Amino acid sequence: MSTQTKLLKTYMPPLATFGAFIGVWYAVHYFILSENRKFIVPPPHAVIDNAFLNGVARSELAEGLVNTGRIALFGFLIASVLALFGSVLMAGNRMIERALFPYAVALQTVPILALVPLFSVWFGPTRTARIVTCVLVAIFPILTSFLFGLKSVDSGHQDLFTLNNVSRTTRFRKLLFPAALPSIFTGLRIGAGLCVIGALVADFFFSRGDLGLGRLLNNYAKRLEYEKLFGGVILASALGVAIYILIGWIANRSLRDWHESEARSA
Amino acid sequence: MTDRKETQIASMPNNSRLEFRNVSMTFPDGTEALKEVSFSVAAGEFVTIVGPSGCGKSTLLRVASGLTTHSNGECLADRGSLGYVFQDATLLPWRTVQRNVELNAELQGVPEAERRERARQAIELVGLTGSEKKYPKQLSGGMKMRTSLARSLVMKPSVFMFDEPFGALDEISRERLQDELLRIFDHEGFAGLFITHSVPEAVFLSTRVLCMSARPGRIIADFSIPWEYPRRHDIRYSPEFAEMCGKVSESLREAHA
Repeated sequence: MSTQTKLLKTYMPPLATFGAFIGVWYAVHYFILSENRKFIVPPPHAVIDNAFLNGVARSELAEGLVNTGRIALFGFLIASVLALFGSVLMAGNRMIERALFPYAVALQTVPILALVPLFSVWFGPTRTARIVTCVLVAIFPILTSFLFGLKSVDSGHQDLFTLNNVSRTTRFRKLLFPAALPSIFTGLRIGAGLCVIGALVADFFFSRGDLGLGRLLNNYAKRLEYEKLFGGVILASALGVAIYILIGWIANRSLRDWHESEARSA
Repeated sequence: MTDRKETQIASMPNNSRLEFRNVSMTFPDGTEALKEVSFSVAAGEFVTIVGPSGCGKSTLLRVASGLTTHSNGECLADRGSLGYVFQDATLLPWRTVQRNVELNAELQGVPEAERRERARQAIELVGLTGSEKKYPKQLSGGMKMRTSLARSLVMKPSVFMFDEPFGALDEISRERLQDELLRIFDHEGFAGLFITHSVPEAVFLSTRVLCMSARPGRIIADFSIPWEYPRRHDIRYSPEFAEMCGKVSESLREAHA
C-alpha cells in the first residue's frame, strides 16, 4: 500500500465523522429549529466569530483555558504520584492493602462534588481548593488500575525473580513496574479525563479567585451568550482531548515494541 | 542462608549435586503431594521423573529448587548456580531476546560486558544467533523455549532443572529441542533433573528414569538408560528404545491401575 492511501485510510474515517457532525450542527440550526429558537444552537461560523475572533471573548477564554488547564495538570500529577505510592504500598503489603483499600472504595462513593463548597470554606477560592477537588475526583480510578497492574504479575515471572534472590526494589524496578505499565497507562488516561472534569467542576462553584473555564461557561449561560458558551465547551473538550493524546503518545512510545494494545499494525 | 547452603553441600556424598532423603510434602489444605521421596542426582547425570499430570512432579521440582519448602525429610541441593526452565518460557515481554538472556546474570550482578559476552555464547549454543533484537511476541514457541534455555545457560548451572519445558510444543520442535538439549548437556556436564509426562522423552534424554505414582507422589521404579552420549536422534526408532519405553510405560501402568 502506498503511503498516500495509508494516510487516507487512517485519517479519512475520523474526518468524515467530523464533517458529518458539522453538517448535522448546521442542519439543526437552519432546518430544525424554528426562527425564535435558533439562538440556542448558534451555527459553527458564529461560534468562531463571537468566541474565537472577538478580542474580549478570546482573551477571556484564553485566560480561563490556561487557569483550568494548569489546575487539571497539577491535579493530575499529584493524583498520579499519590496513586503510585499508594498502589506500591498496597501491592507490597497485604495488611496495608486491607487497611487502606476499603477507604479508597468509600472515597469513590462519596459525592465529591458535594464536598466542593466545603473545600471553598476550608481553603477559600484558592488553587488549593481546586486542586484538591481534581485529585479526589481522579485518584481512585488511577489507583485501582495501578494496583490491578502490580498484582496481576505472572506467577512464573515472580518465581523466576525469587530463584535469583532479588531484593524488593530490584523486583519492583525490573519486574512489577514494567509488567504493570499497560495498566498504569490505562489508569493515567482515565485520570487525565477526570482531572479536566474536576477542574471545570471546581471552577463552576467559585465565583471568586482565578478565572477558569468553568466559571466562564456559567457566566455565558446566565447571560445567554450561547456563541461564547459553545466556544468554551469546545475549548474544555480540546483540553481533555489534548491531555488524553499526550498520555496516549507516551504510552505508545513505551509499549509499542512489546504490548499488544500499542502494537503497530503492519 | 549461605551457611545453610554450605552445610548442605558438605553433607552430600561425593559428586552428588542434589539429594532427596525421605522428602514428604503436605499442603496446608491436607493434600499429600509427595511421600517419602528419596533419590540423588550426581554431576553428569540426567535424571528424569515421569508420571501423569497431578502426581506431584512439579511440586517435587519446586522443592528441589527451593521455591517451596517441604514438610518432612531432607532436601540437599547445590543451589549456588541453579538453572531452572519453567513450563512456559516466562520471558519478559518488554525485553528483547538478548536482554532476556542476560536477565539472570544481570539479577546476580554479573558486570555488563561479561554478561553480554556470556549471553552471546548462550544464544549461539541454542541456535538463536540473528534473533537477538526480537521481542518474545515475535518468536515461535520453540524459539521462546530456546531463549529460556539460553537465559539459564548464561549462569553455567551445575544443577539444571526442567519443569516439562517442551510440553506445549509441537512434536517436530519438541524432538529438535530434545536433540539440542542433549548436545548442550554433553557440552556442559551439569546435573540434570527433568520432569515430563512423555515416556519417550524421558527415555531419550536420561541416564536414569524415575517413575512416579499418583498422589501422593512416590518413586515406584528406577530405570538406568544405558546408551552413551552423544545420542543420535535416530535411536528413537530402534527396537531397544521401544523396548525401554515399554518397560517404563508398563511400570507406570501398574502404578496407576
